[in-house]
Amino acid sequence: MTAMNTLTIAAQDSATMLGRELKHTLRLFKLLFVGSILVPVVMLLLFDYILGGAIGNGLGDSARGAPYIDFLVPGILMMTVAAGSAATAINVCTDMTGGIVDRFRTMAVSRGALLAGHVGVSVLRTLVTATVVTGVGLLVGFRPKASAWDWLGVVGIVAAFSFALAWLSAAVGMVAKSAASANGLTLPIQFLLPFLASTFVPANTMPAGVRWFAEHQPFTPVVDCLRALLTGAPVGNTAYLALAWCGAIALAGYLWARAAFDRSTR
Amino acid sequence: MCRMNTVIKNATRNAVSVSGLRKAYGEKVVLDGVDLSIGEGEVFGLLGPNGAGKTTIVRILSTLIPADAGTANVMGHDLRSEAGAVRSVIGVTGQFSAVDNLLTGEENLFLMGRLRHLPATERRARTAQLLERFDLVDAAKQTSATYSGGMKRRLDIAMTLMGRPRLIFLDEPTTGLDPRGRHTMWQLIRDLGAEGVTILLTTQYLEEADQLADRIAVLDRGRIVAGGTPDQLKRRIPGAHIRLRFVDAASLDAAARALREGSRDDKDLVLQVPNEGGIRSLRDVLARLGDDVAVEDLSIHTPDLDDVFFALTGNPSKEQTQ
Repeated sequence: MTAMNTLTIAAQDSATMLGRELKHTLRLFKLLFVGSILVPVVMLLLFDYILGGAIGNGLGDSARGAPYIDFLVPGILMMTVAAGSAATAINVCTDMTGGIVDRFRTMAVSRGALLAGHVGVSVLRTLVTATVVTGVGLLVGFRPKASAWDWLGVVGIVAAFSFALAWLSAAVGMVAKSAASANGLTLPIQFLLPFLASTFVPANTMPAGVRWFAEHQPFTPVVDCLRALLTGAPVGNTAYLALAWCGAIALAGYLWARAAFDRSTR
Repeated sequence: MCRMNTVIKNATRNAVSVSGLRKAYGEKVVLDGVDLSIGEGEVFGLLGPNGAGKTTIVRILSTLIPADAGTANVMGHDLRSEAGAVRSVIGVTGQFSAVDNLLTGEENLFLMGRLRHLPATERRARTAQLLERFDLVDAAKQTSATYSGGMKRRLDIAMTLMGRPRLIFLDEPTTGLDPRGRHTMWQLIRDLGAEGVTILLTTQYLEEADQLADRIAVLDRGRIVAGGTPDQLKRRIPGAHIRLRFVDAASLDAAARALREGSRDDKDLVLQVPNEGGIRSLRDVLARLGDDVAVEDLSIHTPDLDDVFFALTGNPSKEQTQ
């Protein structure tokens, strides 16, 4: 088989698996979408209406004179991407603990096609949930100052971050013993890391140790970049930093997921 | 040149040839040097109790797990170096349902057609044909999560057949099915065999192997302990026997001296005596034992898988699961 042929078949198989996963997503619509939309929306309303007054007053220079909602929505957008990792991990785990994966393995299906399908659908799903959550943000008073190019950048960063987290959560789903534990294992991605980043307040307002962590972990440049793009502030090096982190997470997640997939039959 | 051709021809006449297959998980040896050969078009029964290593053999031969040692050739391809080529000619239906529960029966078959890279027209035709053949037309548009056990198993095999495999592995295909489902499955396997597909069937039931297989190999603790046609194998199994259990070793000794036949198990204080003659030989055995030998328990057995193992290995198969 020529290299070209192998590549065509790999692309074909990945597309088949993507189609399969898309059907799953539509059939589990409530399960997959409600959680990954509801959680960010609740966070948005909670922080905007209940905590936003106090936080907004304390923001000072970081808000650059804009209302807190404009600071908050980019953070919520990042959380929406992170919330999608639960569904990905659960779906991969459900596949791996069922008999169907063994069937795929005994067929001449391209290695990696199954995971590529999961990751592809995960990114598509996140683009949908992120659009819905941004829409809710606009309804409750978010006023972005982004140009068309900035919006394109936002879509790019959301897709890249979602792609990176999808590989990571695919690996998590691969090693989890059950769907419930797959969900549990993504909680740090969904909540811990977003809270320890510049999601709700700027990192420089945090206590020293936490501040150092927040400034050096991947979620912060992603939020900062989204916020700069959406509020029309200078992006600086946050875009490069965010994309570099996304690349690193995607690669690590990919290698981990691949290794776990190969190991899972022994 | 001529001689080489003959050699190659002989080699490809076997659908499966396995030699010295070994597999261990840590200390636990699952396969301890298995040799097998299955001719093309043959329905081959691999008979053994739980834990004998049947599923491990299927998982190795279907490229799911690597063997620790040994060589295997499947449909003319070396298992280790040409796994991809092996996968394109085999089909596997395992003990556990391998259908996508969120897809409908029809979608499951389509999925297989796509992954087998069948052209769209053939995919549609074959799906319709298989739904018809496996009596799934009415349920074709329902998600398979709603299917009964028997329906799922039928869909599972239909999915396996989508790619027209020349060799099919059926790992305990009737386990968990009700008598009617089992009967349907038997007929399906017979039909496949009649179409010339090579089948490796694993089972715990002597009757099933007897009904379906052209040849049987008996697997015990990771070794093949006997092989042959069902008739050859049944000839090696003793008929009915009487099982006597004694209160102490002295009684067992006395009984063994009095009866002069049968096999004894000193640990369990059990003596098994052939009972070909029914009531008459039972009466004879009791007469020979006399009144002095204390028999604690007596039971009469007709042949089953346990007897196959007892006859072939000297161990009851049940010990393996403990």
